[in-house]
Amino acid sequence: MRMNTEQPMEERLWNYIDGLSSQAEKSAIEALLTEDREWREKYNELLNIHRLLDASELDAPSMRFTRNVMEEIARFHVAPATRTYINKNIIRGIGAFFLTMILGLTVFVLTRFNWTGGSSDNVAAKDIDLGLSKLKNVDVSKAFNGAYITVFMLIAVVMGFILLDLYLQRKKTAANP
Amino acid sequence: MTHIELTDTEIIKKVLQGEQAVYAQLVHRYQQYVFTLAFRFTDNREDAEEIGQDVFVKAYRSLADFRGDSKFSTWLFTIVRTSCITFLRKKRLETTSIDNERTLVQLENRESGFNANTVEQKSRHAMVNQAIRMLSPDDAQLITLFYKGEQSLEEIGKIMGYDPNTIKVKLHRARHRLKDKLEKHFSYAHEY
Repeated sequence: MRMNTEQPMEERLWNYIDGLSSQAEKSAIEALLTEDREWREKYNELLNIHRLLDASELDAPSMRFTRNVMEEIARFHVAPATRTYINKNIIRGIGAFFLTMILGLTVFVLTRFNWTGGSSDNVAAKDIDLGLSKLKNVDVSKAFNGAYITVFMLIAVVMGFILLDLYLQRKKTAANP
Repeated sequence: MTHIELTDTEIIKKVLQGEQAVYAQLVHRYQQYVFTLAFRFTDNREDAEEIGQDVFVKAYRSLADFRGDSKFSTWLFTIVRTSCITFLRKKRLETTSIDNERTLVQLENRESGFNANTVEQKSRHAMVNQAIRMLSPDDAQLITLFYKGEQSLEEIGKIMGYDPNTIKVKLHRARHRLKDKLEKHFSYAHEY
């Protein structure tokens, strides 16, 4: 019983001590601290820990620490920023290319299904018939004649042009900064 | 002669312009923070010093990647944390067999070494530092970042890879565990 009430009390008091309580919560806790002895005791206990931690000190490394670091970095140069050699647009372009590929293939596969194959008899068996038996009859040449594939190829070509344009623009900027 | 203290951003700008020596100011400014955080993780001064130096070298090498959208200290402490985790992982792989036994002995020493009389003679700072060292590395780093690292809950979240609310809960629990350690090993309740 005591645990159930203690846990929220502690949490609320820590928030109050850390200055994270809302104005309403702050007022409610201040009222509790004035009226309730248990709350006041807990508050003092937590405040002591808070002060103790606040006054704690950092550990110090050896006297040679800075000199050791400076001697070590003397062998190195600052590496060029990642953003100067990784173009986010190229990464996005590659991502979009693969996404379009996946979407194109999904659409293609969906168009190959026989969606009207079911009837009221033996529904369960026909529901799971995805036309796999007809796979051997699939005419591959049809795949490149469908409207979806044409659209897909068109998007891929446009994206290819966009990537080429980005690449040429970068090259131009690098040549004339 | 008056010495004007440069801000972190000014120092970084100068270093990126080729003034390598100015970097010493940044090292000097943050060495205690970095060392303490590493020490909380490793519980060994030599290892903490090695990690600390490695952190400053890494930070120097990737200084051009610091975009300035967070405090330099937040960025630096993120490097500390990843370096500590990598270091511990490596160390664990190197010493798995002997370690089981040694860890048990170390844990026992950690618990029994802080008993009554000897500790009672030490200062409050030493007491609280020893109690923090008895916590898990995560709890110890969290408390250090919050109280000594001048980091907000959001910034600690960035460093440790959690959202601020999780950090808040973890901080409550860490302080609760610290209170337990203080009461159990340092007769804390009788002193205050």
